[in-house]
Amino acid sequence: MIVSFVLNGRAREVDVLPSETFLEVLRDRLGIFDVKEGCDEGVCGACTVLFDGRPASSCLVLAPAVRGRRITTVRGLARGAGLHPLQEAFVKHGAVQCGFCTPGMLLTALAFLERHPAATRAEIRTALEGNLCRCTGYAKIVDAVEAYARGDTNGG
Amino acid sequence: MADASTVPARPADASTLIVTPALRVVGQPVSRHDARDKVAAATAYAADWAMPSMLHAAVLRSPHPSARIVKLDTERAAAMPGVAVVLTARDVPRNTLSTDVPGQTTTVGPLRATLHVLAEERVRHQGEPVALVAAETLEGARAAADAIEVEYEPGPGVFTPAEALAPGAPRVHDAGNLLAHWHVARGDVAAGFAGAAVVVDGEYETQFVDAAYLEPESGVAWIDGDGVITIRLSTQVIEHFRDVAEVLDVPQNRVRVIGAYLGGGFGGKEDVTVEVYLGLLALKTGRPVKMVWTRQESLLSRAKRHPYRMRYRTGALATGEIVAQQVELLADAGAYAYLSALVLLYSTVTATGPYRVPAAEVDARVAYTNNPPTSAMRGFGAMQTVFGYESQMERVARALGLDPVTVREVNALRRGDVLPVGQVMETHVALPELARRAWDGLGSPTSPRAPHIKVGRGLACNLQPYGRIVWLHDWSSAWVGFEMDGSLVVRSGVPDVGGGQASSLCQIAAEVLGVPLASVSVHIADSALTPLAGTTTASRQLYMSGNAVLKTARELRAQILSVAAPMLGADAGALALADGAVHAPGGRALPLPDVLRHCARAGVPRSHLAVYHAPAGEPVDLARGSGKVFPDYTFGAHAAEVEVDTETGAVRVLKYAGAHDVGRAINPQSVEGQIQGGAVQGLGYALMEEVILENGINLTTSFASYLIPSAADVPDVTPIVVESGEGLGPFNARGIGEPPIGPPAAAIANAIEDACGARITRLPLTPERVARALGLLV
Repeated sequence: MIVSFVLNGRAREVDVLPSETFLEVLRDRLGIFDVKEGCDEGVCGACTVLFDGRPASSCLVLAPAVRGRRITTVRGLARGAGLHPLQEAFVKHGAVQCGFCTPGMLLTALAFLERHPAATRAEIRTALEGNLCRCTGYAKIVDAVEAYARGDTNGG
Repeated sequence: MADASTVPARPADASTLIVTPALRVVGQPVSRHDARDKVAAATAYAADWAMPSMLHAAVLRSPHPSARIVKLDTERAAAMPGVAVVLTARDVPRNTLSTDVPGQTTTVGPLRATLHVLAEERVRHQGEPVALVAAETLEGARAAADAIEVEYEPGPGVFTPAEALAPGAPRVHDAGNLLAHWHVARGDVAAGFAGAAVVVDGEYETQFVDAAYLEPESGVAWIDGDGVITIRLSTQVIEHFRDVAEVLDVPQNRVRVIGAYLGGGFGGKEDVTVEVYLGLLALKTGRPVKMVWTRQESLLSRAKRHPYRMRYRTGALATGEIVAQQVELLADAGAYAYLSALVLLYSTVTATGPYRVPAAEVDARVAYTNNPPTSAMRGFGAMQTVFGYESQMERVARALGLDPVTVREVNALRRGDVLPVGQVMETHVALPELARRAWDGLGSPTSPRAPHIKVGRGLACNLQPYGRIVWLHDWSSAWVGFEMDGSLVVRSGVPDVGGGQASSLCQIAAEVLGVPLASVSVHIADSALTPLAGTTTASRQLYMSGNAVLKTARELRAQILSVAAPMLGADAGALALADGAVHAPGGRALPLPDVLRHCARAGVPRSHLAVYHAPAGEPVDLARGSGKVFPDYTFGAHAAEVEVDTETGAVRVLKYAGAHDVGRAINPQSVEGQIQGGAVQGLGYALMEEVILENGINLTTSFASYLIPSAADVPDVTPIVVESGEGLGPFNARGIGEPPIGPPAAAIANAIEDACGARITRLPLTPERVARALGLLV
């Protein structure tokens, strides 16, 4: 079946199987490798993308369900040739080690801060609960998200 | 002007912290080049790789922990549409894989360990590989693996080391179930206990845990235009190209391994994972092949951390001074040896902790069982013992009414002291300072928020070797060269697991050669194109490859300055390289590109390759306690404040501080990240992580049942970086990859006892165990 959706601002039409997950569509059909697969059961958050601005695990979304949706992956965050300020904040605060959780973490954090711009450190931690990181111990990730939320420019 | 060509000598007085010389790049909390790529999702991890006409692979694994294979028929599977090949043991050119010491280039003597690439008549653990399939689609490969007809005849198994070592136990391997036995004795233990004011006995148990990196094992193999079998994968050890060659029965120079930036390793990607399978399938089909394990497959089949049973007896004087300690360790190797004998050796050497123990006896055994194999994981046997010796230390302190910091100060190793194995401490041990700073790092005490909530604090210290065992004769090599525009290239076969391994090499080269960090490009982890650097394991990569880059860069610097000297009419020794120029006394300077253009005319290369050999030694007779086992150790102290809900047994970590003496922090931000990340992995080990096995069957093969800490489960870890200037690495750095995972379990157990009086001796410290200890459950 053909499904149409908008991916990072561009209209896409893809021939999919009804049984396919959207993660499979992104990685295997479209070669969108900025979305990672960590567990394939909706626990780790590595495959998070934004569906109309709301984060969800793309491994739990069946391909037909994205019809007409506006999808954002990390590649959709860049501002021209530069990084998004939250990406800059991750770099500056040392929030990245292996980087495998980073795309999902960035998207979850951005979507959360849009709705809760004055979030506390504890609220940020709760918001990121569904995105597992095995390297950083989370502190520097929270530092980066907090700095961005405070409006520190150039990555806080 | 900054000039890093010389590093100050170690201070004569070990209590004096080194004075930081003027360094431009080393010691700065610089942002890592790989971080920019990673936030932009521009990093191509092993699974983010695709080739034209690529096949997809699947592994058929044993569902039984102990069985004979009585029938294995691949005919139906091989005939399925889209299936390119189905392989079983008889299709493997040499079906024996060496698993003893990855990347080793000298003989390792009695540590030889092997296994079958694909099972022959017998399977010894659930998840053991039996057959491989490559097909046009992943679904096709999985369907064909399911269609392979296998009949198993389940046999008896053993599922604990104690069972395995009981008389008459079923044998996992024909030679018997005892895999390794180490024994260390020093001083008169009986006399020590007889003279002690207090003797404390404790028995502790630790659990199976999984490395649980976010990126599952994955890779792609192809045969390149020159006929070389090329495998690009997620690995901590590109030197496995030799093991692949051995299995494929091809010369070692016909296999190339490219290590992608890893999505985490933590020791779990030290042993061979997908590379041998991929090499076999590419060789048999002549086509590119991709293999990506599912999370379930990874949790089912990959080696775990060894569970230990530990018995400790500790004798101390009224001052808190430990006079004798007896330790008995029993570990579970699972079904195959892998690195178990070495892991146990680390435990044996570190069993009495970072303390002076004049009389000590350590008896350590590791046994085969029909559980999943256990092997390397961050901490490597020096982790389980921390839970033992630091629980004991706390009990000694409580028995004698001493505070946690004092009892550790009294016992801390000092330079010149000797470990039970006979190794003399040759560098400064900052333990008292670390313990004090970690403890103070908790700040003012938190008040309990309700009457049934109790708050307590705990401390735990550790020592962790960095660098390989001295008789393995470790080495690393690096190539450093200038391009004509003055930009710099570093090549070294270092796998980057995410700890900033490659970035640190850039800092070191930039420092010595006087170029901005942004002018350095680094090429890593390619067994054909980068000089080999050894494994990213054993907290060795900064120590070894950092030293290799330092040596190479210094020698290259001398080459370049020898060309510049006559151009500037000055002695080479008086010149400085900085800001992309060569500076002479009196303010005269030449842009580096001018000097580089003169190099060929002067017959001097613009690049250099050098090898760093670690100080080596001969094997130690453990029983006689005769000497040096590891190059050096990193010391640490962690402090935790917890609240215990005395109605439910739930434990919450309120505050946490981790202090380590890293010698010198090459990149303080990366060091902090290692401390925070290692501590949180350790908190997972302490509080929630456990691979649950029922007669060899793994009940925790998903992230829904194998729980690792989320952001909401843990507090901010306060990292405390101490720089004694006393390490063996570049600029006197020490390794910091593994050390921070050691102390958390003991620190939390000690804090729980401080809060509510319950001493828990078995990990993880679940609400159920706390509730039981509090008498809430029977």
